[in-house]
This record gives sequence, structure tokens and C-alpha cells, in this order.
Amino acid sequence: MRRIYLDANATTPLLPEVLEAMRPFLLERFGNASSIHQEGQHARWAVEQARASVARFLGCRPSEIVFTSGGTESDNLALFGSVKPGDHVITSSVEHHAVLHAGEKLRERGVEVDFLPVDGQGVVAPEDVRQALRPNTRLISVMMANNETGVLQPVKEIDQIAAEAGVRFHVDAVQAAGKVPLEMDAIGCHLLSISGHKMHGPQGTGALFVRRGTRLEPLFAGGAHERQRRAGTENVAGIVGLGKAAECAMEGLLSGTPERVGALRDRLESGLLKHTTDRGVNSGAAARVPNTTNFWFDHLEGEALVIALDLKGLAVSSGAACSSGASEPSHVLGAMGLSPERARSSLRMSLHRQTTEEEIDRAIELVSSQVTRLREVSAVTVR
Amino acid sequence: MSGGVDSSTVAAMLKAEGHDLVGLTMQLWNQRRLAGQDGMPEQVQGRCCSIDDVYDARRVAEMLSIPYYVVNHQERFERDVIRPFVDEYLSGRTPIPCSLCNNHLKFDQLLLTARQIGAEQIATGHYARNEYDPQRARWILKRPADASKDQTYFLFGLTQEQLARTLFPLGSFTKPEVRELARGYGLALANKPDSQEICFIPGGDYKRFIDAYLEEQGEAVPDTAGELVSVGGESRGTHDGVHNFTVGQRKGLGLASPSPLYVISIDRDSKRVTVGAEPELMRDSLRAQRLNWISIAGLDGEMRAQVKIRHRHEPAWATLRKTGEDEVEVDFDEAVRAVTPGQAAVFYTGDEVIGGGWIM
Repeated sequence: MRRIYLDANATTPLLPEVLEAMRPFLLERFGNASSIHQEGQHARWAVEQARASVARFLGCRPSEIVFTSGGTESDNLALFGSVKPGDHVITSSVEHHAVLHAGEKLRERGVEVDFLPVDGQGVVAPEDVRQALRPNTRLISVMMANNETGVLQPVKEIDQIAAEAGVRFHVDAVQAAGKVPLEMDAIGCHLLSISGHKMHGPQGTGALFVRRGTRLEPLFAGGAHERQRRAGTENVAGIVGLGKAAECAMEGLLSGTPERVGALRDRLESGLLKHTTDRGVNSGAAARVPNTTNFWFDHLEGEALVIALDLKGLAVSSGAACSSGASEPSHVLGAMGLSPERARSSLRMSLHRQTTEEEIDRAIELVSSQVTRLREVSAVTVR
Repeated sequence: MSGGVDSSTVAAMLKAEGHDLVGLTMQLWNQRRLAGQDGMPEQVQGRCCSIDDVYDARRVAEMLSIPYYVVNHQERFERDVIRPFVDEYLSGRTPIPCSLCNNHLKFDQLLLTARQIGAEQIATGHYARNEYDPQRARWILKRPADASKDQTYFLFGLTQEQLARTLFPLGSFTKPEVRELARGYGLALANKPDSQEICFIPGGDYKRFIDAYLEEQGEAVPDTAGELVSVGGESRGTHDGVHNFTVGQRKGLGLASPSPLYVISIDRDSKRVTVGAEPELMRDSLRAQRLNWISIAGLDGEMRAQVKIRHRHEPAWATLRKTGEDEVEVDFDEAVRAVTPGQAAVFYTGDEVIGGGWIM
């Protein structure tokens, strides 16, 4: 059975050229980028080239890039590095747990944190951000694209408000990178998080854009790596992979990947709308990244649907995963006002640049037939 | 697959027989939920749904190359097991969460999940046997080969539909044989100890669990403190709440007495707990309701049966008599000790389970 992978928002397959770029740094070019000798020099230069690639990808200076272990660390560095007890933070209720739980932790440490509500499409109202501003507001953190629905937040408008108020602005762009153009001067934010493995780079890699002049308290005590903003020996192979992935993402953006993926997503969406009943697209009326669709299907459980589809060779997701691997109801769909039943009945499908039309047509067939079958089984419960 | 020896061995046996298998572990309760609350252990040491157990189950699935999933049924578990467990104790009864879990989770929700993901049957590591009897046209539940591991008492609630869709591959083996099988299949957990206590109560202190659960729910623990009285009705002291007692209990009464005293009965309405000497625990009969019949379609009139009134109870001969739409009276040939409301009365004929109900 050839499997179909439509869970790119969880992780994406590594591109062969990314692996090729990394390979020497896992083998013969093993040096520590901080060392004086030639092995170290080679590693250092590779890290700096990758930094330049990521900077080109984000439209910023290389010196504004801090390499991290991934999106979660970037988000944590942005939040914990920016505020102290007594400060006020504005964020949203649909953020990734990396921001949401960091916000809750900050609250425990004496930081005031507002989690703004969203509308039925999952969008934050810029006006709400303005209303939430206080004299001690230190940071606004809003994601660019939502991991579950793909919804795009009005980050430019929010940046405008942040700029007027003189408040630092962090954007979690983990799910936007490679799907929509990212231009630091156009967005205007001070901090922006990206992750390598969401854009065909290696897992365990990420970066935080830190605009020049933005003071940031490091998370880790240790060496003077990354301009004293992120202690720890550089993950050279990973960083090289991230750099290559950024180059590939940029090429993709310029050569029409988002349009092609978007057309496939639309084909998937209209196909499923046509072949199933009692369903809808979450955030379907809002601007979204082109690769993501999130359906609700009444009268069934998303968890069972995901397993049934997995056994048929289609990898998709529902809700979030808890520590044991079981799924939990989505806080994002809950914040959008979906009933718990509907939130539990949701299915997220996220495409990537290697997704084919044939795979989409097969996915439409599989999802619609399993939805029908599951409803039949569930209606005749053994209860 | 709980990550224990029994269900792991079942998976290995069925795989060896060539079945098309999917492994499922139910995530039922989050041990960390009440950890550190008043009186509850700070460190989670319980076994229920722990990440270690999921690891063990996943390792078996990987070894057998079968698809494996953890399914989240926490809400259903809380609604159908935890909440009734707490409410039963607060009403002066002694619940059996394992039966509730079998009825609502393992053989209802899990069976539904199984069918949803395209599986026809479920197999569990319970020690019990089931077979179809064409003469009676019924599925029969029978005691297992290993009498010391007999779990039929907890399975009396199974419907014909559930029995038809369930495999109990361990029914004809003893526990030592199962461990031997597990070793034979190369399962690393062949020597893992059996689980003993109620899975969601680490340390086994159900009173603290009830207090911590109600506190977490923002509910006040109902004031059920009252009097300890003798069988004759004289006051013997006071108690802190009816949920601290079980019929037949001897320890923790806080009474000085020349001869041992036992809890004879608990009355939620008057908040009275009656205590007395051991002979006063003996009962000739009981009433059971919310019945489920397995080997027969229903009871008309009377029948003879052996009746178990708790898990570790030698079945006692009795006559069952229908006394209502969903009620039977059980008249024992010889009086039995400590009939406990909230426990099950399960009726047997030889190795077969006739049915059962809940003791009123």
C-alpha cells in the first residue's frame, strides 16, 4: 500500500537536497563551530552561510537570526526573553501551545497575560489588541498562520498598533514559513519564529528573527554562542539543513508552489464537500495558508476517523496529541466557538510541495467512504 | 493493550495465529490530575494509563509489527466510572469500578471504537471463556481454567452482542502458563507484576481520592457525618462521613470494644452507621436490580444458582426469585457474610454465568 501523507502541519518530509547538504556535517566535517582549528572553521563558515540563507528567506540581516532547536524554543525565547514580572503581555487564545503554555507560565511568574478571543473563523480582531493595551504592555505575540485551521492573522494591522504604542511584537510564523512570503520589513515585527521541519528541513532546528536593537534575555546559561542569545554548541548539520530548506522554500515561493498546493487543497475541499454530508470547513471563510484544510463532520469522532484512515494508508490528524499519544480536543476550535462534539469531529489535512493530484483524488475517496462507514457503525451503537 | 503481561500475550498469540490485528490502549484517566492535592501523593506512582504502560504496550506492538493507537476515552471514563464511583460511596454504598469500566469502556466504547476503525472483534486479556451454544442460541460466559484469576464476576454485564464480538484467548490458560507463553514469544514484560489496586487510585486510598476529586470539581464534600449506633439503636459514637465505611469493615471505626466490631449497615438518609459483632453481619437473602442475563433470556419464577456477592467470595447456593420487572431476590441456603450494597451479585451454574445484578 502506497501511503499518502497529508499531515504537513505536523511535519514535512526532508527534501533530498537538504539531506545532501547536511550529510558532510554529520560525517567528515564534524567540527565544533567555536573551535579555532580548521575543522571548526569549516563548521563556522557553514553555520554563517546558513544564517545568510535564512536571512534572505526572511528579508533581514544575517545578524538578526538566532538558531534554536525549533519553533517551541524560538517562541519561548521570544516570550521569556522579553518580559519580567509586572509586565503585561497580549496574545491570543488560538496560539500554539509553545506560546499558550509559555504565557500561562509567565502568569505564574507575575506577568499579566491577556489571551484574546477570536471570531467564529478563528481570527483575532486588531481592535481587540488595541483595547487590551495597557501602560505596562511589553509584548504582543500573535501567530501568523494557525496550525490547525491554517487561518492567517492580521499581523500587519496588529504590528501597526504595536508600533504606534511602542510595544514589542512577536510573530509565531512556524506554520506560515514556506507557505506565504515572509518579509520582515513588511511585517514590521521585532521577533519572528520559524521551524525547520515544517518546511522540509530537519526536525530539531529553528530560528528566531530578532530585529536589530531588540534586547533579549537568553533562556540558557552557557557559552557565548549566537551573540550570547542562545548558549550551546551549534547543531551544525541541522543548521545547514535549515539553511538549505529556507533556500528551497524561497525557490518554491517564487516558482508557484503555493498556487499549485492551494489548487490541490481547493480540489480536496470541493471534492469532500461534494461527496459528504453534514460537514463544513472550519475557517473556510477566512484567509488561510494554501496547504491547510480543516473539516468538521457531524455524528462521528475525529480520533476514530484518523485511525481508520491511517489503516487505509492516509495520514491526517485531529486535535492535538497528549503525552501518551492519544488525541485531545482542539483548543483552537473550542475558542472559535465550535461545540465540543464538533471540535472532536474535526479532521485536519495539510498538504506539502510533494503532494500530487492523484493523492488528493485518492484522499477524497478514502475520507468520504470512511466518513460514511463510520457514521453507519456509530449509528448502530452496541450501547 | 494495557502494557501488562495478559493483553500483550493475547496480542502475540493472535498474531501467531495469523489474525489481522490493531493494538489499542485506552487513555482513561490522567494520574497527574489530582497529584499533589490535599492528601494525594505528589509523585504519580499509579499504574493507570501511565506513559510507562503505554511504552510497554507500544513496544509489544512494534515487536509484533501491528498498528497501534492510544485512544482517548477520558471523558467517558470520568462520566461512567469516576463519577458513579464517587457518588456510590457518598450514598453509603461500595462500588465496583472495574465492572463499570468493563460495561461502559472496555466492552462498549472500545468495541465501538474497534468497529469504527474497521475491526470486527476485540480480544482482551481477561481470564474468562465465552462460546456460542447453538442449542440455546445464546453466547455463554464461563469461568476460566485458572480459578484464581477468574474475572467473570466483573463481566456479568456483557450483552449477547458484546460476547459475540469478544475473544478471551486466555480463558484456557493459567497465569503461570501465560507468563510462560509470554517468555516463549520473547515479550520483555513476561515478569511484570500483576496490577492489584483500583487503577486510578494510587496508593489505594479511595477516601482521599474522593476528597481530592470533589475539591478539583469545586464541589463541597457532602456532610454525611453522623452517629455510630449498635444494632439495637444505641449510640456508640460519631463518624466523619458515610463514605468512610464499607459493610463488613472492622478497622478504622475508632471504637473501643472488648470484642471485634464490624460495620453492619450504612444508612445515607439518617447518616447512621450500624456496628455490631460478626454474627450480625450474616444475611439470609439479598435483592439485586439492574440485571443482566447471559445464559438465559430472563428469569420467570425461580431457579437454583450459586451466587457470588464479591470478587473473592466462594459462590453460595441460593434460590433466585423474580420480585419485580428488573429485580430478583436471592435466598441463600446458608447465611452469607457481609452483603454489601453497590457490589454485584453474580449467578452461576457450574462454570457458566447465568447473569447478575447490583445489590441493593
